[in-house]
Amino acid sequence: MSDHATMNNHRRNDVIFVYLTRAAAVLVLLLLGAIIGSLVYGSLPSLQKYGLSFIFNSAWNPVTEEFGAWRPILGTLLTSGIALLIGVPVSFGIALFLTELSPTWLRRPLGVAVELLAGIPSIIYGMFGFFVLAPILSESVQPWLIEHVASIPVFGQLFNGPPFGIGIFTAGLILAIMVIPFMASVMRDVFEVVPPMLKESAYGLGATTWEVVRNVVLPYTKTGVVGGIMLGLGRALGETMAVTFVIGNSYDSVDSLFHPGNSIASSLANEFNEAEKAMHLSSLINLGLILFVITFIVLALSKLLLLRLQQGEGKKS
Amino acid sequence: MNSSLYARRRLVNYINLSMASLAMVFGLFWLGWILWTLFANGFSSLSVAVFTQNTPAPGSAGGLLNAIVGSLAMAVFGTLIGTPVGILAGTYLAEFGQRGWLAPTTRFINDILLSAPSVVIGLFIYTVYVFQVHHYSAWAGSLALALIVIPVVLRTTENMLKLVPNTMREAASALGAPKWQVIMYVTMRSSKAGILTGILLAVARISGETAPLLFTALNNSNWSTNMNGPMANLPYVIFQFAMSPYEDWKKLAWAGALIITLSVLTLNILARTLLKQK
Repeated sequence: MSDHATMNNHRRNDVIFVYLTRAAAVLVLLLLGAIIGSLVYGSLPSLQKYGLSFIFNSAWNPVTEEFGAWRPILGTLLTSGIALLIGVPVSFGIALFLTELSPTWLRRPLGVAVELLAGIPSIIYGMFGFFVLAPILSESVQPWLIEHVASIPVFGQLFNGPPFGIGIFTAGLILAIMVIPFMASVMRDVFEVVPPMLKESAYGLGATTWEVVRNVVLPYTKTGVVGGIMLGLGRALGETMAVTFVIGNSYDSVDSLFHPGNSIASSLANEFNEAEKAMHLSSLINLGLILFVITFIVLALSKLLLLRLQQGEGKKS
Repeated sequence: MNSSLYARRRLVNYINLSMASLAMVFGLFWLGWILWTLFANGFSSLSVAVFTQNTPAPGSAGGLLNAIVGSLAMAVFGTLIGTPVGILAGTYLAEFGQRGWLAPTTRFINDILLSAPSVVIGLFIYTVYVFQVHHYSAWAGSLALALIVIPVVLRTTENMLKLVPNTMREAASALGAPKWQVIMYVTMRSSKAGILTGILLAVARISGETAPLLFTALNNSNWSTNMNGPMANLPYVIFQFAMSPYEDWKKLAWAGALIITLSVLTLNILARTLLKQK
């Protein structure tokens, strides 16, 4: 009889356990819904007033209460674009070095070093950029670029701005350093799933290391590499503190990369607590909504690509 | 003819591999430079006063005591709130997630939340909590941090539970243990170190987070242990002091930056050694 009771107890506990853990999983799902829901709710006044034109309006004037997201969106895209332009080749190089070139005893310490770079809080990057990097850029690098590169037609215009040290360019550079460890570690991980047999076959045919990487490793892992890049992009788009320190907080139109600007995240960090009018607040939340939607799409794409690589493991590429 | 082709291939190989090595040096160069800047400025600004006095008025000397305590309090509560949810949900994904749509969807969403911009988490807590109760508070800050803890803990818990060989589960079940005992006493116990690693990594992650606290805990220039009001925290104080024109404040900002980075790096190393022992 007591055995029976114990059995029933166990069965009841099992059911409770399953429901408890399932509830936690559902909670995580609901969290996403709640985030989107609350952002939409918070930005309702702004959404109703401006609608979709909010995105393409380049005015941002808290005094006259006219708000448009275009300049912060542009700043976000520009800084993230610079970050990828610098970060992708470097991350690829690091992953290549760690998987193909580094002596085995060095791999672990170097891997740890890359992860340390990822572990440094973003506010430290911001301080470094503001106190160390910006002065150097404004005193030597930017004047040099203005003198030598700015005279090139069209392309040179990008580098023809005031050498303030802080601005879109500096923010992009800091972002590049910040996203390199994320992209490099994804690339290293996907490079490591390439079956050694494939690489050895190519080596056996007389291919050089670069040819093996170019013709065997990259084709095999391309979805993963793109996934890693998207992950880096997702990080760069939403990065707040580091960018806020060095981007210059300006809503002027950006005619060169040296110009101070604003990203969505830096606008939020700079203005949110000072926003007193309802429309200002709601427009800022609207900015947050746009940022979340963009990063969500980018990160979802990244995840899908990485999943596809996982499923293709063991099959022929 | 053939040898020139060979030489060209060798050259291309040589150039590209040198570029890869340069990329590695590039990465290490920034790591070294940033840490060196931080240590040089941080250690020269550290003093006993940093740990014993509260944040000063502009231009006068003081410390970071209230900010350190505030950061610790919010990190502790954030971890306490977020960890159980993360562990339970991770357990569901690893142990019950073989069938149905819930587990794969949650896994997917969780991976997105893992990299979602933390500033948006701050906005979320602001709209659902701060805005409703009309005041900033340390509880709101803790909640925002908890939301960052959940995905990290969930991810590691699931990964660690999945490493447990199925034969162990089967052995326990064959002895007549119900599912909850199998999980609690067998799989959970054998992946204890791994789950703890996840928690440590989560704490490391939230210790340096600034953006979610801007709109939730705000700041407090005085000593405060009231979780229901604005509370000082290191990241916010660093942000405010670093951007100020006062030399004393800037020095304190570097000291705070050093404290945060050292604790984050220590937690990371601790987590790593814990996992390695396993």
